[in-house]
Amino acid sequence: MAEIVLETAGLTMRFGGVVATDNVDFKLRAGELRCLIGPNGAGKSTFFKCVTGLLTPTGGQVFMRGHETTGWNPRQVAALGVGIKTQVPNLMDGLDVHENIWMAARRFLPMQDAMRKASEVIERLALGPIARTELGRLAHGERQRVELGLVVAGDPWLVLLDEPAAGMSADDVERMSDIIREMTRTAAVVIVEHDMQFIRSIASTVTVFHQGAVLMEDHVDRVMADPTVRNVYLGKKA
Amino acid sequence: MASFWAKEVPATIIVAALLIWIMPMMIGTYTLTVLLIYGMLGFSLGLIWGFGGILCFGQAAFFGLGAYTYAIAAINIGDSTIPMLLAVLVPAAFAALLGAMMFYGRLTDVYLGVITLVVTLILFKFISSTAGPEYVIGKARLGGFNGIPGFQTLNVPGRPNDYIYGDPYFYFCAVLLLIVYLLVSWLLKSSFGRVAVGIRENEVRVALMGYDVSARKTVLFAIGAAIAGLAGGLFANWGEIVTPNLFSLGQSAEIIIWCIVGGLGTRIGPIVGAAGLAYLKFLLGQQSMIDNTLLTGIILVLFVLFLPKGLVPAIASLWRISFGQRRQLPRHGARRIRSGGARHG
Repeated sequence: MAEIVLETAGLTMRFGGVVATDNVDFKLRAGELRCLIGPNGAGKSTFFKCVTGLLTPTGGQVFMRGHETTGWNPRQVAALGVGIKTQVPNLMDGLDVHENIWMAARRFLPMQDAMRKASEVIERLALGPIARTELGRLAHGERQRVELGLVVAGDPWLVLLDEPAAGMSADDVERMSDIIREMTRTAAVVIVEHDMQFIRSIASTVTVFHQGAVLMEDHVDRVMADPTVRNVYLGKKA
Repeated sequence: MASFWAKEVPATIIVAALLIWIMPMMIGTYTLTVLLIYGMLGFSLGLIWGFGGILCFGQAAFFGLGAYTYAIAAINIGDSTIPMLLAVLVPAAFAALLGAMMFYGRLTDVYLGVITLVVTLILFKFISSTAGPEYVIGKARLGGFNGIPGFQTLNVPGRPNDYIYGDPYFYFCAVLLLIVYLLVSWLLKSSFGRVAVGIRENEVRVALMGYDVSARKTVLFAIGAAIAGLAGGLFANWGEIVTPNLFSLGQSAEIIIWCIVGGLGTRIGPIVGAAGLAYLKFLLGQQSMIDNTLLTGIILVLFVLFLPKGLVPAIASLWRISFGQRRQLPRHGARRIRSGGARHG
């Protein structure tokens, strides 16, 4: 069995009287690709934010490659070599694509290597024609792709993506799943996603959240066939 | 980076040399000197606000601190060299402390403005109330609202009786501003500067890449304060007196107006804005028909309404429209078609 790169033990997050994630035990092994799904308010985004350090959990622990990272801020998590993409696109709008990706690469590489890395990532994600265009002028799908480029440029061993396919066209989604499949060769990937077509296309193991807790964990096809999941997630009668 | 040393540095030096040669023929060097000093002060805020996204309402605090540091040290030491260095270092250290407190405390936007404003007010109130004989640092009396007159002004290092004043002092300030300008240009081309611009654009993203945003903002803030402090030290030498008015709110507000009018996010804009508005103020000071502050206010309102990006960016885009069109058009056209395609596809 591969090494466990991400683990949570009893992870709990309360907002006042609301328990958004309730005692979640989660394990992810190196090279794994895992999607987190669940209806709105199931706690998957809160779980994601607790893991990335955007929120400090009220209880439980988070471990990454053996380090306890509970309560760390996102910078510290990212500095470990974890690539993070938030739900709301976070890009440097006034700068061009190359500068954005260069900056992500520069964090872990010296000047010249970062330049090489940026060109390489731009080529890999087919961003060449827009490399010198400001982010603020790009279409939504292109921006999502650039943000994945930022994640890739840091050579992460763990990638955490919150809704990478949100609001994208079918073509863009297809290209996105290619990029993500390629990521899994070097990193373990966790994706919070709504788009079932996208999840099917990357054919991964799925963890289903419901009311703050893990309902089920299995391959996407079996999860989709499960009557309880269909009931809570797809709103169909079992 | 290569083109920076090969093209930009020589070009900047040539333009600066021409200006240093031509300007004294039009404006007296005594006035020009203070315009340069204000230019440097505007430049210091232009750096941290325009490139680092840190809106500091208290840039005057570092300016005043530099001036007072110089005056107090000059009275105690007698030679101007070390006081001049202290005028840079003391505000920088003060800003590093203040910045660390603010940026590690995750203060942003309005709160940052409030804190820096209040710090300026505290300094102003404190210095104004130091009239009594008990407020003495070494041999220097702080003097309350009357300030500190009669300190050693700039001299050739090691020779306290060889004063640098008049025309030579103008050239000294001009060369110093040029050096600061080149150093800042280099800083902005370096990884540190580029990441600073990234922080201005999106702090969260830069943190998510694993950069220590708080540390970087603190350092940039201190660099800005060092430049403001240097300007303060130079101002003390020019005026031969320092008063609490250096810390005043009016002074702080003016620096912000210089940056807005000149053009934020450019290097030359805040310098031009500062020197231009200060010269205008100087000219208007010779008449009593219109109130000076009122006019500065009107200029600010007009700029915010009609040239919100400021003078220098407006001139630059005008230049591009008139001369750069042939080169620009095909690229824009191609881009529009492609992005249109992507949107519909």
